[in-house]
Amino acid sequence: MQTLRRSPLYVLLAIGAAVSLVPFLWMVIASTHTTAEIFSTPMPFLPGGELWTNLARLQEETGFARVMLNSVLVATLYTVFSCIVSAMCGYGLAKYRFRGRGLMLGGVLLTMMIPGQVLLVPLFQMMASVGWINSFQALILPFLANAFGIFLMRQAFLEFPDSLIESARIDGASEIKTFYRIVLPVARPQLAALVIYTFISQWNSFIWPLLMLNSEEKYTLPVALNTMVGLSRVDYSGLMLGSLLATLPLLIVFLLFQKQFISGLMGGAVKG
Amino acid sequence: MTATLTRPSAPKEGRSTARSAAGRAARRAARRHRPGYFFIAPALALFALFFIYPLVSSFIQSFQSISGGETSWVGLAQYQRLLDDPLVAQSLFNVFLILVIQVPLMVCIAIGLAYILNQSWVRFRTGFRAIYFLPAVTTLVAYSLVFRVMLATDGGAANQLLGMVGMDPIDWLNSEGWARVALIASITWRWTGYNMIIILAGLQAIPAEQYEAARIDGAGRWAVFSRIVVPQLRPVILFSSITSTIGALQLFDENFILTGGGPNNATLTPVLYLYKVGFQQFDFGYASAIAWLVVAIIAVISVVQFRIMREKS
Repeated sequence: MQTLRRSPLYVLLAIGAAVSLVPFLWMVIASTHTTAEIFSTPMPFLPGGELWTNLARLQEETGFARVMLNSVLVATLYTVFSCIVSAMCGYGLAKYRFRGRGLMLGGVLLTMMIPGQVLLVPLFQMMASVGWINSFQALILPFLANAFGIFLMRQAFLEFPDSLIESARIDGASEIKTFYRIVLPVARPQLAALVIYTFISQWNSFIWPLLMLNSEEKYTLPVALNTMVGLSRVDYSGLMLGSLLATLPLLIVFLLFQKQFISGLMGGAVKG
Repeated sequence: MTATLTRPSAPKEGRSTARSAAGRAARRAARRHRPGYFFIAPALALFALFFIYPLVSSFIQSFQSISGGETSWVGLAQYQRLLDDPLVAQSLFNVFLILVIQVPLMVCIAIGLAYILNQSWVRFRTGFRAIYFLPAVTTLVAYSLVFRVMLATDGGAANQLLGMVGMDPIDWLNSEGWARVALIASITWRWTGYNMIIILAGLQAIPAEQYEAARIDGAGRWAVFSRIVVPQLRPVILFSSITSTIGALQLFDENFILTGGGPNNATLTPVLYLYKVGFQQFDFGYASAIAWLVVAIIAVISVVQFRIMREKS
């Protein structure tokens, strides 16, 4: 009876869920039909049988496998190096009382408040002057030091007891060894969230790669997808398949690591 | 070896012994903390090269004019241009529209959903939460493309569904009003679940005794929601609203893909305008001035947020 009385609420929740899911379903439906079928009346409501044809055409016309590989490569390299820089800096700021520490902390805070777009023009000029336009290092290097990551890691290390670090030191372990053998493993949950956050921010990154990349064999997913819209005859089913392929890896990671994924995406707003 | 043997003789006075011992301790402490520099060095070098230098460079360029390889100082002329440029005003007006329509709409839906999905009697709670969060998992460019295809005027999914209920097709992306509706709908779809999760975390921080106390006092469901839940959520709601506002000021991917800022600049945002000025017209000086306008607005918003937060706590 309770449930029956509350059924309007469930109808409302179901409508909301449908709104959330429809664009995903549409991506799947559209990428398994021909472009003509997508726009025909009545539109298709079920997946069709064109998936492999669309995939083959997408690969042939845009070299999509290469594009995905580029995205995976750039995002992975960026994630590895950025997380190392963040973890190191976070540890330095949390556990050492050197001169200028307050200044560094304030500086990191400042970078969080200044929108990155202000850097676009000078960074573009800088990359042009060293001949790095259309290179992967131009996508990776400028944004390696990430204020959010540094703060997240600092927060994680602050709670670590100093006495344990001290006893490792007395045992003769070097500072670096103490850091990655003893301290870092304890911050694994925060590090997992940071890895996910960093990977996604690079995977989704659009405006900077759009400025930097100008040849097809270097394109990352968002840039390649954008180029497909600019063609005189747009391959809409290929475009939807490409969008699906760009979203799928994130979807899989989300379903496998929901908790870390959410705390990573929240940017520290919610503790994981 | 001899050095250790012929150590300076012990100080004669007790006071200076204490001082040098303190000095030694301080030096030892300084040495003990010196590795800190090693750990922050990579980040510091990267920040100096790729943040501080470009930041200063951008600020300087906002007082310059670069044309045909010639750089000249123009004082505040670029900032004067900002004031006179109807497109700057238009882009800020567009953000203002998003601010007064999209942000409240999204935050209200997010509060409602979070409140419902925080009730222990609701079935499939975790399933619903995951589904509502799913849009936040999509790549910005990919979801914008999906909306672009669904909103196509001829045969797009949205117009086909309207047709089924007997309505005329809408020219979503080519009329000023509907393009704004389309942009607002897309952003709302992408970010409502995300904000719902933030608010949900805020709800879970409210102690259960507060609800029970209110119930015992005979408060109804709406009274509990409006008198206890919403006031407690204020910091979280403020956080959501501020980040959404800053997000709207920095909006680029969605309107670039959906409408390219059109029709008639109805969906132009400051960052999209910066992109056009800087990288289509290559007017770096003016683009830098636009960038610093965005910095200034965001700084003001951040200060206001900080003030409100401090007053509350």
